[in-house]
Amino acid sequence: MPSFSGGAKRRPENRDQEMPGASPGMTLVRRLGILLLFLLIPFLAAAAEPSYPALSGRIVDGAKLLDAEASARIAGKLKAHEEKTTDQVVVATVPSLQGLTIEDYANGLFRTWGLGDKAKNNGALLLVAPNERKVRIEVGYGLEGALTDALSKVIITTAVAPKFKNGDFSGGIEGGVDAILSILTGDAEEWQRRAQVREDESSWAEDLAVIFVMIMVFILIVSFMRELGRASGGARRHRMRDGRWVTLPPSSGSGWGGGSSSGGWSSGSSGGFSGGGGSSGGGGASGDW
Amino acid sequence: MDLLAPSPALRRSFALLLVGLLGLALAGCGYNNVPTLEEKAKAAWGEVQNQYQRRADLIPNLVETVKGYAQQEREVLTQVIEARAKATQVKVDASTITDPAKFKEYQDAQNQLSGALGRLMVTVERYPELKSNQNFLALQSQLEGTENRVTVARRDYIQAVQAFNTEIRTFPGVIWARLFWGAKPMESFSATAGAERPPAVKF
Repeated sequence: MPSFSGGAKRRPENRDQEMPGASPGMTLVRRLGILLLFLLIPFLAAAAEPSYPALSGRIVDGAKLLDAEASARIAGKLKAHEEKTTDQVVVATVPSLQGLTIEDYANGLFRTWGLGDKAKNNGALLLVAPNERKVRIEVGYGLEGALTDALSKVIITTAVAPKFKNGDFSGGIEGGVDAILSILTGDAEEWQRRAQVREDESSWAEDLAVIFVMIMVFILIVSFMRELGRASGGARRHRMRDGRWVTLPPSSGSGWGGGSSSGGWSSGSSGGFSGGGGSSGGGGASGDW
Repeated sequence: MDLLAPSPALRRSFALLLVGLLGLALAGCGYNNVPTLEEKAKAAWGEVQNQYQRRADLIPNLVETVKGYAQQEREVLTQVIEARAKATQVKVDASTITDPAKFKEYQDAQNQLSGALGRLMVTVERYPELKSNQNFLALQSQLEGTENRVTVARRDYIQAVQAFNTEIRTFPGVIWARLFWGAKPMESFSATAGAERPPAVKF
């Protein structure tokens, strides 16, 4: 409820400022603002559970394990891999798992960030929690076939954990990233070729079909509206005069089309680096040292 | 005639507005929410089944590998095999998620298998050669991964069912659910002791 009291508090200030100008317009804006705050309450409540760090780049080093040089080098490798294959691999280190198991935390973080493409779910996350001495590779749905649980476990036990044991976090993380990328390129390149061939075949026809269906639906709605209009009013021709109904169908059409497709975990792409809305179902492996 | 002319035009645009508003109102009042949420919950249920199936598929291989090293642990191995057989025999169809008895049967069978697997993994601790076997290590990590996926899938399902059940029991949704969709509330998983967490496996 803090947001509610915040909205109430802001009210008098606004009034003081806007009084001399146009007040009816401002009240509307203010009301909309309050409504927006109410709409935001569920999101704030949902976000209150574990607080995840922001996805500020390919390496989110919350626990300060990497020096600048290693960080830049690893980020460069991840970037090159993403440009080549579109697989989104991200490294995160956190000072605390906030009481969750590393599996739960990694899955929550993965979904919050939406790693990988929304349709391909081709993301992977290397999560290190030095204070809990836990490490996990969380794999998106789309990469489960390449980066299997068994391979993830092998990476952790051979490339990551031994280095961590010696306190070499930079080396362990870099070793883990190298192993993940080499597995992903080994499989991804071959699959990409196959996927492209398949895409070429279908994309043209698919696009055409979608456009065709959309046009058909639009025509149906327009004619339906017209018919209704004709049924209630007389069947005279000069109705173009009020012109309004020509523009009306699209807006009501969206009502019929049922546009209630609440997107899943998309995190939007507002400049810089961001996830593509991919998801993970808990694939991967965890380990400790 | 000239006096009457605007009247039909007015009535017509009024009718159009009404139809438009009705469409918006239906969508806005959540007419579509019930089937949308139902499909989401069903998809989440499919994922739960999928992951339990995946676990069941891993077991024969696992049992074979363990047998090679720990022949004398016949009892635990038999328990696992029997629990797996029982779990795969439970018939699951679309009505399972709205039928409390069937749903409980499914959940109990899977929980029993979880318990048997947990005991097997504890037993295995006593066999160092088995624990260093590459094949076993791979199977073990697959089993761990699958248990984690089951946890995630169950959590997603619980959330999807909660959204669906809330929708068909609260105000606008309850009307559509009763009048048009005939939607029944879905069953959800209850957290059973030991079933939530994968069997503890240590290296």
